[in-house]
Amino acid sequence: MGSTSSTLLKIPNVEVLMQETGFSPAHIIRLHDRFKALDKEGRGHLCPQDFGAIKELAMNPIGDRIIGAFFSPGKETVDFHTFVKILAHFRPVDKDRPKEPNSPEPINSRSNKLKFAFQLYDQDKDGKISRDELLKVLRSMLGMQVTEEQLESIADRTIQEADLDRDEAISFEEFRKSLEKVNIDHKMSIRFLR
Amino acid sequence: MVLNFNERSPFTYLMCVICIASLGYGANVMAFEPTSTSPSKLPPWSQVEDTDPDPDPGETTQAVFTLNYPRIQIPFEITLWVLLASFAKIGFHVYHKITVWVPESCLLISIGLIVGGIMHSLHEKPPAVLTSNAFFLYMLPPIVLDSGYFMPTRPFFENFGTVLWFAVVGTLWNSIGIGISLFAICQIEVFGVQDITLQENFLFASIISAVEPVAVLTVFEDISVHEQLYIVVFGECLFNDAVTVVLYNLFNHVAALEVVEAGDVFLDIGHFFVVGLGGTIFGALFGFVTAFTTRFTGKVREIEPLIIFLYSYLAYLIAELLAISSIMAIVICALTMKYYVEENVSQRSCTTIRHVIKMVGSVSETLIFFFLGVVTITTEHEWNWGYILFALLFALLWRGLGILVLTQIINPFRTIPFNFKDQFGLAYGGLRGAVSFALAFTLPDSIGRKDLFITGTIVVIIFTVFIQGITIRPLLKLMNVRKTNRNQETINDEIHKRLMEHTVAGIEDLCGQWSHYYWKDKFMKFNNRILRKILIRDNHPESSIVALYKKLELQNAMEVLDQMSGDISAAPSLISLQYVSSISRPVLLFSEVFETTVSYTNKHTLPDDITAREILMRRHTSLRRSLRAGSFHGTVCNTIYMRALIYTGYRKTKKNAKSYIIIYIIYTLLNMEMRVFDPFLALFLPECCKNVAEVFLSAHGPKFEL
Repeated sequence: MGSTSSTLLKIPNVEVLMQETGFSPAHIIRLHDRFKALDKEGRGHLCPQDFGAIKELAMNPIGDRIIGAFFSPGKETVDFHTFVKILAHFRPVDKDRPKEPNSPEPINSRSNKLKFAFQLYDQDKDGKISRDELLKVLRSMLGMQVTEEQLESIADRTIQEADLDRDEAISFEEFRKSLEKVNIDHKMSIRFLR
Repeated sequence: MVLNFNERSPFTYLMCVICIASLGYGANVMAFEPTSTSPSKLPPWSQVEDTDPDPDPGETTQAVFTLNYPRIQIPFEITLWVLLASFAKIGFHVYHKITVWVPESCLLISIGLIVGGIMHSLHEKPPAVLTSNAFFLYMLPPIVLDSGYFMPTRPFFENFGTVLWFAVVGTLWNSIGIGISLFAICQIEVFGVQDITLQENFLFASIISAVEPVAVLTVFEDISVHEQLYIVVFGECLFNDAVTVVLYNLFNHVAALEVVEAGDVFLDIGHFFVVGLGGTIFGALFGFVTAFTTRFTGKVREIEPLIIFLYSYLAYLIAELLAISSIMAIVICALTMKYYVEENVSQRSCTTIRHVIKMVGSVSETLIFFFLGVVTITTEHEWNWGYILFALLFALLWRGLGILVLTQIINPFRTIPFNFKDQFGLAYGGLRGAVSFALAFTLPDSIGRKDLFITGTIVVIIFTVFIQGITIRPLLKLMNVRKTNRNQETINDEIHKRLMEHTVAGIEDLCGQWSHYYWKDKFMKFNNRILRKILIRDNHPESSIVALYKKLELQNAMEVLDQMSGDISAAPSLISLQYVSSISRPVLLFSEVFETTVSYTNKHTLPDDITAREILMRRHTSLRRSLRAGSFHGTVCNTIYMRALIYTGYRKTKKNAKSYIIIYIIYTLLNMEMRVFDPFLALFLPECCKNVAEVFLSAHGPKFEL
C-alpha cells in the first residue's frame, strides 16, 4: 500500500481528478502506469506519435479519429489529466450515485458519451454531421466492400432517417433522438473501468 | 347470443373431436391389442374373417373383406398419437384467449390427463414409447436441435460467460443442494424412506434440476423482456440439459456402485469435463464439415436440408457412441454451421430447414408433455407425503438461493448487472418439463424406489408448469421487468453501433486491456481471412450495414407497392381494356406505381415520364403475352420485374452514364430474389435486364457502359 500512496502523491491534483472522473485510486494508478508506458520518452505528456505506436489502434478503421479526440483543438500534447478525463467517458454508469442537485453532470453520463461519439463524426466541430463527414466515416468503416454509389446511397438514407429539420445534416439533438432506443451505457462502456 | 354461440362452437368442436378421437382410439386399441389383457374377450373385428366356421385345409375361400391390423400396428399407433397431439395444439389456438394466460405445456398436460383418464377407465396401458432408446435417440435430438438452431448468436456470445456460469454451476449447486437436503430428510425416521442412499438422492436431485425453457420463453417474448434475461434463460436451459444428462449418467453409474471412493469422485469430475468439452469440440467439427459440404451443393439444391439434418443427427449419434455429451455436440454443431450454411444454401432450402426443424422439435415436445399427462394417470404411483413435498420445497428453495448467490458473484463481471427483478424472473422462470420427465421415466429398474422418484418428478413438473407457468406472466408484468428496446431496425442504429464498437475496441487497445470485443474482433478477422474462404461458396463479404440497407430499401419499395395496390379503382389506367383480362393485378398498376414512386422520391429519375412509361408498358405487355397469365412463373416473374422496376425508379440517378450500376443493382436484386435454381427464371433474367436497360438507354441517351 505504501507504493500506491506514493505514486498517488506524485500525480498533481489527484483528488480533483478522482472527484471529477469517479475513478478509484487503483484505476488511477493503473492508468498512470499505462500513461507512462505509452510515454516512451518520459516527457510527461503524449503526442500523436505515441498514440500511433499502438499497433491495433493504427489498424482500427477510425483509429485516427479516436486519437484526434484526445487532443483538444489547438493543443498538441495530452497530459495525464486530459488522458484520464477522456477515458472517464467509458466508465460504466453508476446507478446508485446520489444525484446532488448542484454538481455538474458526471463525465460518464449517457449524454456525455453521446457527445463523445458525435464528435468522432463531427471533425470540423460545427455541431452538425454533414453528408461529407458521414461519407468519410462510412468509407473508413466499410471502404473495401462497397462501391462509392452504395456508400452515397447509404449516407443519404441515414441522413434522411435522422434529419428532422431538413437541413441535410444531423445535429446533436437529432443524433441523440435517433439513438434513444439504443442502450448507450452498454455499448460505450468498458467493464474494467468501473 | 349469436356471439356466445360462435365463441363456444370451436371450443365444443375441439372437445368433441378429442373425446371421439380418444374414445375411438381407445376402442381400437382395445380391439386390436395383440397382447390383450383379457383373453376371454374375443376381438369383435376378427369375426369378419371367420366367414367359414370350419376352415377346410383343402379349400381356401377368398375372403371378400380382410383386415390385417398387426402389420401396420406400430406406424399406425404412432401416427394416431401424433395426430391427436396436433389436434390438441390446433384446438388451443382456436380459442385464443387461453393461450395468452395458460402456457401451452399446461394445456397439453391437461389433455394428456384427460386421455389418460379415459384409457385408465378402459383398463388400457399406454404405448411403450418412452423407453430409454426411443427417448434419447428419437425424441430428444429434435428438441435440442430446435433450441440450438434458433439461438440468437450475437447476444449469446456476448453473454457466454454468464450463461455457462448459470448452466453449469447453477445446476451443480441445485443438484447437490437438493440431494443433500433430501438425504437429511431421509434420515428422519417418521417419513419411512431410509432406504434411499445418498447416490440415489443425488440422482433424483439431478433429475429435478433440469429446467425447461419453452413456456417461459413464450411469456418473455410476449411481454418483451430485455434481451439479457431472455438469452440467459434460453442458454441456461440449453446447457443445463447437457449438464443434467451428464450428471444423471454419472450418478446412475455411481448409484450402482456399492462403495464410492474418493478416487472415483475425482475421476468422475474429470470425466465430466472431458464429456462437456469433448461434446463441444466434436460439435464444432461437425458444424464445419457440414458447412464445407454445403459449399458443393450448388447443383443439387433439393438435398440441402437433408444434409443439414443428417449431419446434425450424425453428430448426436457419434457423440452418444463415444459417450461424450451428445446434447452439447448437436447444439454446437447447429450454432457453428448456421452462419455458413445460411449463406451457401438457396432461399428455399433455408426456409425448409428452419421450418422442418421447428416442426419436428415442436412435435417432439408436444408428445412428451402429452405423455406426461397420460402417464400421470396410468402408472402405479408410490406416494410419500414427506419425501415428495420436501422435494418440491427444496427444488424451489435451492433454485431461488442459487440464483441469488450466483448473481451476486457474477454481477461485477457484467456490464449490465442483473437487478432483483431480473433475478426473480430467472428464479421463478425455472419450470421443469420434458427432460426431467423423460429422465425419470428411463431410470433403470435397479433403483428400488423408482416409482417414488417418478411420482416425485411428476409432482414437481406439474406444480411448476401449472402454478408457476400461469402466474409468471402477471407477476412479471406487475413487477415491470426491464423491457427490450430493439424494436425497429434503422440504418442509423446500425452505423452508430458499429462506430461505437470500433471506438470501444480502440480505447481498449489504448488501455492495453482485453475484453470480449477484442476476442470478437480477432475472431472476425480469422473468419474473414480463412474460414469464409474455405466454407462459403461465393464469398462476397457483405457488411451488415450494407445488408441492412438493402433490406430496408426493398421493404420501402414493397410498401409503396402495397400502398398503391389497394387503389385500383381510383387510379387512371393507361392500359387499354383488351389487355386487362390477360394481365394480373400488379401489372395493371405498375404504371401508377412507377409514377407514384417517382413523385415519392421527389426526384424525377427520367426526364420524360410519358415516353418512358409507354416504352415500359409496351415492353411489359409484349413480355406478358409470352407468359400464361395465371402461371406461377408469370406471377413470380411479374413480382420480381415489378420490384426491379420500382427499385430502379427509386434510385436517385442524377448522374448519367451510370446505367451499368443500375443493371448491377437489378442483377443483384434479382439474384437475391431468385436463389432458387429455376431454369425459366434464369432465362428470364437477361430479358428483364435488357428491357430495363433499353428503357434507360432511351431515356438517358446512348451512354451505355457495360
